[in-house]
Order: sequence, then C-alpha cells, then structure tokens
Amino acid sequence: MRAPGLILAVTAVLAVACAPADETTTPTNQVDGVACTKDKLPTLTAGKITFGTDQPAYEPWFVDDDPTNGKGFESAVAYALAEELGYAKTDVVWTRVPFNAAIQPGRKTYDMDLNEFSITEERRQAVDFSAPYYDVDQAVITLDSSKAASAKTLADLKRVKIGAQVGTTSFDAAQRLQPEQDVAVYNTNDDAKAALRAGQIDALVVDLPTAFYITSAELEDGLIVGQIPAGDGKPEQFGIVLDKGSPLTACVSTAVENLRTEGTLTRIEQEWLSSAGTAPELK
Amino acid sequence: MTSELQRERSAYKRSRSRRSTLVALLSTAVFAVAVGVGVTGAPGWPRVRQSFFDVEMAWRSLPAILEGLWLNLRVLAVCGVLIVVLALLVATMRTLRGPVWFPLRALATVYVDLFRGLPLIILLYLVGFGLPALRLTGVPNDSVVLGGAALVLAYTAYVAEVFRAGIESVHPSQVAAARSLGLGPRATLRLVVLPQAVRRVMPALLNDFVALQKDCGLISVLGAVDAVRAAQIEHARAFNFTPYVVAGLLFVLLAVPTARFADALGRRLERRQGGR
Repeated sequence: MRAPGLILAVTAVLAVACAPADETTTPTNQVDGVACTKDKLPTLTAGKITFGTDQPAYEPWFVDDDPTNGKGFESAVAYALAEELGYAKTDVVWTRVPFNAAIQPGRKTYDMDLNEFSITEERRQAVDFSAPYYDVDQAVITLDSSKAASAKTLADLKRVKIGAQVGTTSFDAAQRLQPEQDVAVYNTNDDAKAALRAGQIDALVVDLPTAFYITSAELEDGLIVGQIPAGDGKPEQFGIVLDKGSPLTACVSTAVENLRTEGTLTRIEQEWLSSAGTAPELK
Repeated sequence: MTSELQRERSAYKRSRSRRSTLVALLSTAVFAVAVGVGVTGAPGWPRVRQSFFDVEMAWRSLPAILEGLWLNLRVLAVCGVLIVVLALLVATMRTLRGPVWFPLRALATVYVDLFRGLPLIILLYLVGFGLPALRLTGVPNDSVVLGGAALVLAYTAYVAEVFRAGIESVHPSQVAAARSLGLGPRATLRLVVLPQAVRRVMPALLNDFVALQKDCGLISVLGAVDAVRAAQIEHARAFNFTPYVVAGLLFVLLAVPTARFADALGRRLERRQGGR
C-alpha cells in the first residue's frame, strides 16, 4: 500500500509546484523629461529601441509591408519618436507581433507597438498607452455591385450584412449600427475583404484611412459608404501600446506631445493620410 | 440453487467491494483537499483565478457562447449524418473487387489521400473564401454552409478509412458462408459484412465524432460567430481568458456523453462475444 500513497503525495506536490509563482513588478514611472535619454531609458536592448507591429503591415500606415523604410504614417511616427528620444535611425529595431497578441497582458517582445490601436478603457487594464498620436473615425466600405452601395443613412445599413475584424474598435462600431443580421467576424481584414469580394458580406467596417487605402488600391470597384459617428461623442484616438506599468510610458507620451506642438505629427499626417476627411458622415 | 458456500463468497465479495469504494472515496477527498490547499495557497493564485476563473465574467459571457454553441451543434448534427453516409460510400468503393471497378477504386483512393492529407484550415479557406469568390451560380454563399462542406470533405476521408478497416477485418469465411447461402454480393455486404464491420470500428468512429465536435469551432475563421468566436470577442473586450475556459468546458461537456456511450458500447460488445 506504500506505492499508491507515494504517488498521491508526489502528484499533490507536483500540482502545487506547477502553480505559477508570483512575479513582482514595480512600476517606476520617472519624472517627465528627466531620464528620457538614450543612455537612461530601460529598453529591451540597451541603446536600441524595439518597435512592434503586425505582419503584414498595411498602407497607409506602412508601405510595402516594410516598417524599416520610414514610409507610411506609423513608420514615420516611429522614427520621429525615436529621434525625439535621442535614438539614431540605426538604433531602431522592428519586431512583428499579431494585432491581438500585442495587447495581451504579459511579457512583451517590444518596447512599444504601433498598430492602429485605439485607446480604450478596457485595453488600459492590460497595457499602457502613450498620449494619442492620431484621431480616427470608423468608416463603412462596400463594392459598387453590393446592395450596400446605395445606403445613405445609418438606418439603410441596418438591413445589410456587415463584417469586421475581431477585437477591433471597428467591430464595436459595426455592433453600434445594430444590424438585423449578426456581424460576421474575421481574424484579419484580409479575410473580411475576401468575404466582401465573394459577396458573403455586403459591407465592411474599418478605420477611415484604411478605408481610403482599401477602396483606392485594393478593391477595384470599392467605395466608401460613409463614416460612423463615434460611440459616446468622444473621438476615437490611436495610442502607442507599451507594457503595463512600463517605465517608458511617461517619456514616450512627452515625446508624442513634443511632436504635436512642433507640428511634426501634422506634417506626417498630411504626407501619408492626406485623403482622409472627405467621406460623408452618416446620420 | 445457490449453495451456502457461494452465498458466503458473495457476501465476502460485497463487503470487500464496499471497503474498496470507501477507501477510494477517502483517498480522493484527501487528495482533493491537498491539491486545493496547495494551489489556492500558491502566491500566483489570485491572478490565475482572476484571469481564468472569473465567475462574473463567465456568467456575463455565457449567453453569447451558448448561442454560438447552438450553431456548432447544428453544424455537428448535419455534418455528422452526411459524413457517415458519404464515408460508407467511399469505403465501399475502395473495397470493391474486380478489374471493372478500378476507376472507382482509384477515385476513392485519390479522394482519401487528398482530403486526409490536406490541413483542415487550408481546406476551410479554399472552400469558404475560394469557392464563392468564383461567383458561380449554384455555389452557396453562406459561411456556415461552406464551412460545413469543408468539414464534411475532410472528415469523410478519415471516416471512410475507419469503415474500410472494419470491412476488411471481417473474415473472408463470412463472405463465403453468405454466398453459399445464396446471398448476392450486395446483400452479403449489407446483411453480413457491414453490420460486423461497423460494430468493430465503433470506438474509432466515436473518436472521430469527438474530433468533429471540436473542429466545428473552426468554421469561425469564415466569419460565423460560433462558440469559439463568441469567446474570442468577449476575451478581446476585457483581456480575460475566462470566456475561453467557459467555451472549452462546454466542448468538454459535449464530449463526455460520447465517451461514456463508447464505454457502454464496448462492454456490450464484450458480453455479446462471450467475454468476461
């Protein structure tokens, strides 16, 4: 009878040993502008700054799926930000992190992630956000041939089949339309576009700059139906994602604010997102 | 008539079995308490409980997940029936003897090789997004129907192989005996070979059925909001893993009856064949 008892005891001990140990994280928010220099910033690799984004990375946020070329709105913002913090172009490292993985709680493989992340209270529970670097609207796109093409009001859109990417604020905007049919939910916008082309959905909700890019460059007969009004009257804003309690957050936010007051953000926006702002606002 | 000795033996056996049950119960209770105290006492436990076992979160996400699961169940029922019928057809085609049937045999073999080898996720993308993109008339456009079609294509290949194994395990003497009784080839297959074959491969079939139950969740990649997707949506809102745990548990609960049914079936088979 000794062996079974022993096995029981060992199993119990193992089960206990497998329970995760506590990690102590002590957020050390520094005073603005004091230690925000290249030699003091505690980045993943000393002297380097690691940015994360998804693969593929889309226009107009990145160009040619190559974040390192400095082209596209978010790539340009990243390099301007690195410069503001005192990093040379060669100190900038990029890593690829899927959209939904980037905002999970837990250890990060990046110092900061630019991936069209809208700042929401729910996401703040899991990650830090920098000061916002872009105000964004959600838009509905469709094909000329679709029955959604003739939609003029929000009420018209209730009657068509709508799709969106999972875990995005575009999905929340699609839900806000309260369509009669369930919103179709896709892993990526590429899957959603395939469904739109195939006629499985009539319309797709994406953020406005993405809407401009998809309808002008990716879908031959694509068109923008219009913008969806913000949920609670507040504009939606993109923020840079950092690890929860990251010591970099304060410095990054200060740097973003500096870029805004210098007019750098506006200049980058005009260069890469100039077509935004001409889609009708749906009522 | 039971002898005195036999009655004594039975009484002794019963008392020993009661004792065993009691010991098992007691040791299980001790074990559960030890694990429970150990796990909940571990330093990381509050965080684990909050992100995996948040009761309020589970309750909030349950309606959406249940609604999604209802879709999974309907897909499972329809696909299950179609798969059994088609797989029997393919298996029969593969076991046909005689040179005349070569084309059918070859076709069935190619089918099984192709669809058993193809990763299900690729098949789902090809059928779910690729087929409707052709815009051919008559091709369905519903993501659930297309996802179901992909599942049927893949699982028919697996199940056909299980059926074939069953058919080939029936001893040739059974066929010879049936033929000598005057049954034709088709009647032999239907009345003698298939009943024995199906009975023998039942555990393997139920195994594939459990796999199908879970893989029904893959239709979510085509845009259908099933239990898996509903959980993903809830998770993306709050960064809490509890909805996945809820959906996972529901799928496990779904598989338990199949497992018990398989056990019962196995015992019945044993008795029929004069085993223990």
